Amino acid sequence: MTQNQLPTGVERRSFDGRERLATRGKTVYGEPTDGEWRLWDAGRSKLGAMLELGMGTGLSGGESVLYLGAASGTTVSHVADFSGPTYAVEFAPRPVRDLVGVAEDRKNLFPLLKDARKPETYTHVVESDLDVLVQDVATRGQADVAVRNRQFLADDGRLLMAVKARSEDVTSDPGAVFDGVVSRLEDAYEILETERLDRFHSDHLGIVARPK
Amino acid sequence: MTEDAWFAGVDPGDTEATASRIREGSADAPADWPAAAVDSGFAADEDKYYERLRAASIEAARTAAAEAERADDKQLMHAVRAMDDAERTANELAERLGEWAGSLFEESGMGVDAARELAQREPQDSTEERVVSLAGRVADLADERDALREYVERRAPEVAPNMAEMAGPVLTARLVSLAGGLDSLAKKPSGTVQVLGAEDALFAHLAGRASSPKHGVIYVHEAIRGTRPQDRGSAARALAGKLAIAARIDHYSGDVRPEIHDELRERIETIRARAEEDDE
Ligand SMILES: C[S@@+](CC[C@H](N)C(=O)[O-])C[C@H]1O[C@@H](n2cnc3c(N)ncnc32)[C@H](O)[C@@H]1O
Repeated sequence: MTQNQLPTGVERRSFDGRERLATRGKTVYGEPTDGEWRLWDAGRSKLGAMLELGMGTGLSGGESVLYLGAASGTTVSHVADFSGPTYAVEFAPRPVRDLVGVAEDRKNLFPLLKDARKPETYTHVVESDLDVLVQDVATRGQADVAVRNRQFLADDGRLLMAVKARSEDVTSDPGAVFDGVVSRLEDAYEILETERLDRFHSDHLGIVARPK
Repeated sequence: MTEDAWFAGVDPGDTEATASRIREGSADAPADWPAAAVDSGFAADEDKYYERLRAASIEAARTAAAEAERADDKQLMHAVRAMDDAERTANELAERLGEWAGSLFEESGMGVDAARELAQREPQDSTEERVVSLAGRVADLADERDALREYVERRAPEVAPNMAEMAGPVLTARLVSLAGGLDSLAKKPSGTVQVLGAEDALFAHLAGRASSPKHGVIYVHEAIRGTRPQDRGSAARALAGKLAIAARIDHYSGDVRPEIHDELRERIETIRARAEEDDE
């Protein structure tokens, strides 16, 4: 396992005697704090798991971000803590209510109640040449979503994606599902790294890629 | 291209207008919107741009989510109606079952609980087979009613938080259902809310056959049931008045307003204090 550097604004801090990821910002979901740092639980966050597993996310801190599948804001709140402008797309109304609360506590988080399969409904809001596209939509057609949202990424930007096997197909072997997703992604992206996130999230694959 | 931007042609201070552009707009492709906004004079610099984007996106997400959730009032309506149907049907069948089982088994009782016990029996012949099977359906139907009730209890506070706080989830769902939706409930005067569900009694009154009904489904509320009979009219009026306000808040804004709940509590206390004065 290559140990990549954590982005500025993310640190390992000691919680209950264990070294865990943490960012600085207002608490969101009752997570423990250590001074101004709050625990970023890799068990509740796929991006957190990717960092915890030492994947080469390329994040250094301060990036501009489009986050797809923000839900109630658990992970995107941490992302906004160490990033620049952060656009958070979620299509289910109920979690968006919480997401709005998270955005109210932050200056750089822009919540959007939009369907990530229809980027044309937010191209007039989300800027071009973003540094990072984070995707955790856990829905069928995950690779398509990433391909359609390629247009927001700078040529040297990064896609950081979590794929949930069961969202694509509950019956097939996860490995086969991941192969299918990766090969569809390759239409628009060059895959830099993949790693199973099972230690934190069963049947999930983490992918780091860059636009072709 | 810039004319597609969410900020194009709108007054920077008009958050309502920018929010609705965020909700409804579209562009062929993303662009360097912060720079375009500064160029066009929408914002003095990037910081100001993001500040405005933040206000507009928060407003847009909040209103869009609230509207989408409000559409859930129709689901709540179907669910509470189905719950009542499941309840009525389970009871009706349990009664039929009780009669039938009574002719076969000595110790069999009446009602849904008896049906659950019966469903566990090992049938000994083709008649018992039918009875035990029917008992299973009754038990399933009662389970479905419970599951529907849980659904209603979970969803009503999301659809109508103030009403659910005031009247409880099931009564809230019944009122929404009787009115035909939260939007129409929000438009009803409190006198109508007071007698919703008492339509039969109301028609009898209008036809000159009965006195005017004092309350409809809201009579199950503690504020009325816990008040002595001669004051129940005042209690029903007070409750209906606050429920009508709660319905409007839930429909138009959706935020929780603790003060209306306190006001109702005080009003009911005042009404009940009369009884104590009379006793003295
Ligand atoms: C696994 S959850 C995301 C959890 C979140 N990323 C976190 O770690 O805090 C997946 C989310 O994606 C959302 N989602 C699924 N399909 C979507 C789509 N087409 N557009 C936007 N959001 C979508 C779901 O509503 C759900 O909230």
